[in-house]
Amino acid sequence: MAELTAVLASTHHPFYLKATTAPAEERMPQADEWKRKVEAYRETLTAAEPDILVMVGADHFHQFFLDNYPTFMIGKQQKYDATFYNEEREFGIPKYVLDGDVDLSNFMHQGLLDEGFDFSFSHELKIDHSIICPIITVRPDADLPVVPIYTNIFAPPLPSPKRFWDLGRAIRKIIDAYPSDKKVAAIGTGHLSLELGGPLMFGEHGPDPEFDAQAIEWLSTGNIEAILENVTHESMAGSGNATHGFMDLILMMGIAGPENADYVDQLDLYHTREMFMTWYPNKNDKMAEAAARSAAGVGAVTGPMYAAKAGATA
Amino acid sequence: MSKYYVNKFLYTIDRDPEWVARYKEDPAATIDRWEKEVGIWLNSAEKTTWLSFTEEERRALIDYDYEWLFAYGAHFFLYLTLFIGLFADDWAEEKGPLSYQLEWARRLAPWIGKPYPSVAL
Repeated sequence: MAELTAVLASTHHPFYLKATTAPAEERMPQADEWKRKVEAYRETLTAAEPDILVMVGADHFHQFFLDNYPTFMIGKQQKYDATFYNEEREFGIPKYVLDGDVDLSNFMHQGLLDEGFDFSFSHELKIDHSIICPIITVRPDADLPVVPIYTNIFAPPLPSPKRFWDLGRAIRKIIDAYPSDKKVAAIGTGHLSLELGGPLMFGEHGPDPEFDAQAIEWLSTGNIEAILENVTHESMAGSGNATHGFMDLILMMGIAGPENADYVDQLDLYHTREMFMTWYPNKNDKMAEAAARSAAGVGAVTGPMYAAKAGATA
Repeated sequence: MSKYYVNKFLYTIDRDPEWVARYKEDPAATIDRWEKEVGIWLNSAEKTTWLSFTEEERRALIDYDYEWLFAYGAHFFLYLTLFIGLFADDWAEEKGPLSYQLEWARRLAPWIGKPYPSVAL
């Protein structure tokens, strides 16, 4: 059976590439620290030696619109074009062509149907920055085949937080049952508190630093009970009108299971807080050493990060 | 039903550099042309016969009026992305980085602490 070697859950910040490649005189003060943290995080994936990436994201009205918006969708192609014109325009993200893995896409799709998730599917999916941002940060060579999974965190009505957790659990079961000797890593991105188009956007910090610190603790301790008790669509809206992307991080925790994370880092930026989290479901010495080495270099931790220590405005 | 049409306008303009340029140059004429060439079409052969703008929706799009669009519940991601594409660089050059976005946030400040209008249709 396939081995799930790593689960990565992170925020996706579309301005990372622009911020860290800008000429020195235009660079934001945190650009170098941001880059160091991302490169350290990348090592936690490299150590897992993946052959295939199952990638979770959400189409931000790039391909899909309100005439036909899929709640959960899987791509089933041999190749995927990526990056739309308006993402190049706004974020400076380049175009990519990623390889797909049709065999795992098919196995995943059937498995999801069998598990009670009636997925939409696409044979002409173009990938947007929710999946390209983590390619840029943790696999910039873009040299591995991907199985893209999209969720609706964006166009209400949305599925419940519990549904995202359950979907993560189902994806885990299917990866574990995949008849292959390949190593699979699951990478998903979402948001902590985030505001777009409203009065709290582009502030000095994310719109709700207290939620961010609490959310990192919940995720890094695998505490799904606390999340399901405290996180609702309404509570997320109260933390910032685009905070619902947090549900994709809940999904990733569902793939990892109710376990402590093996690597946790964060960075408070203007507009939003970055979070970088990795679980190793089948941890070996090489992975543990990579996580420890990365953490030592950038002030990350190799276990849970608690809200009191992270600080509300750290 | 025309909140959908406002979103359709924003979505189809934002994804096409030629429409973006036209909308910046002459919003009123672009909206008229868009309705004929894009808005009423489901695909290249099929029409949606019943969609149209109200006068107030048309005015808000002509004026790039994000305060009105926010209160109306148009989808924030659509007009934020498009209007940043139209204006943020000009503002940044004149008034500094992020000046357009921060002025936008400031003008919506009366909404802080209140429930925002829903973007659900």
